[in-house]
Amino acid sequence: MSGFDISVILDALPLLAKGLGLSLGLTAIAMIGGLALGLVIAIVRLSRFRVLALLAALYVNGFRAVPLILVIFWFYFLVPLLLGRPVGALYSVLIAFVMFEGAYYSEIIRAGLKSVRPGQWQAAQASGMTYLQAVRLVVLPQALRKMAPLMVTQGVVLFQDTSLVYVVSLHDFMTSASIVANTQNRIVELYVFAALVYLALCTAGGTLAQRLSSDRQRAH
Amino acid sequence: MNYAWNWGVLFQSPYLGWLGQGIAMTLAVSVAAWVIALSLGTLIGVFHSGASGVVRLATGSYINLFRNVPLLLQMFLWFFVVPELLPKAAGIWLKRELPHPEVVTAIVALGLFTASRVAVQVAAGIAAVSRGQSMAARASGLSTIQAYRFVLLPQAFRIVIPPMTSEFLTIFKNSSIALTIGVYELTAQTQQIQSFTYQGFEAFTAATVVYMTIALMVTTLMTVIERKVSIPGRTARG
Repeated sequence: MSGFDISVILDALPLLAKGLGLSLGLTAIAMIGGLALGLVIAIVRLSRFRVLALLAALYVNGFRAVPLILVIFWFYFLVPLLLGRPVGALYSVLIAFVMFEGAYYSEIIRAGLKSVRPGQWQAAQASGMTYLQAVRLVVLPQALRKMAPLMVTQGVVLFQDTSLVYVVSLHDFMTSASIVANTQNRIVELYVFAALVYLALCTAGGTLAQRLSSDRQRAH
Repeated sequence: MNYAWNWGVLFQSPYLGWLGQGIAMTLAVSVAAWVIALSLGTLIGVFHSGASGVVRLATGSYINLFRNVPLLLQMFLWFFVVPELLPKAAGIWLKRELPHPEVVTAIVALGLFTASRVAVQVAAGIAAVSRGQSMAARASGLSTIQAYRFVLLPQAFRIVIPPMTSEFLTIFKNSSIALTIGVYELTAQTQQIQSFTYQGFEAFTAATVVYMTIALMVTTLMTVIERKVSIPGRTARG
């Protein structure tokens, strides 16, 4: 091979930027959907409804036991079948990511809710609040501060995990880089560039998580 | 849902054999990578906790680099890029002569990736051992290596068994990413069964059950180990 050819990367920038847009968009939707689903699961798991709590625990442990690639394959074939029509890889993948991240975020949220001192729960109940009111008005606001750094860390992991949509040929950043690498026969340039972009973005995310966690420690 | 279930397909030749080979490959890649991850990760974790200056910069960079690039891309870098960057002879040897290059690459990539995560846990474990222990070790005349070997690491490892269990579980799941460079592990084999028979859900169910069984066995094993080695009156569990 002859030298590091940066012009290949420059020519491919529009395509790569589009790919990065999909990666970031997928991360955002999976994070928001995963947080919402995770919150519901965490609340159910900590509630008094034994059967529901058990089902929620099964959901979480089930998703946490299998690789994300397998989950992506499951939904890639399952979603069109359930709906009775082809829906395209993007929708299947979105559902897969939200369901998968919901399991992980629920664990972070559950740990956060449990970390709030029992006296806070008791005080909320004593002042006549229902379980959901206690969660929403008393416990969650306190727990959120503890959970924020972990949520960002999980977001960074999620952003890296979006590269796995490569297996269903969605054109995210990783797949776009791979396509250019192979069509232009410039494997070294494209993969090294992709690694640098991931490294920069994820390091920024990691720094944010660290700052959030040290802010919290100072606040106490 | 319009789907003709046929569980029999899983027990037909050659599909049953494919599943078996897939399970064997998943276990082999994961365990081999874990050996690399545990030894290298412990080494990096120890240096990261004890050293300062250049050494700490080096260990910190390793941890940062390997944690912040997707594993899929790391596999591609080791498989496609590294042979191009090496001297010609070495590159050709990697591509042509090395037996099962995709399996070896997957083990190395997964091992080095997981080592960065193990290093973080080990460093945290050492930091969690009270400072008095390290002082007492030095005061009783142990060298730095002896202090780590006999006093700090035995305690640190016990403290980090729960997070280490989760890393060990993750390595089995992450081994599925090896399919992208052509390793026929469990997920790849089920995907192959799907494309040969169109009976994907049976194959995916089988894989799901196997992964869950692995998770259950690992968790049970680690709980037993944790109980066996726990120091009375000082457990990690709150």
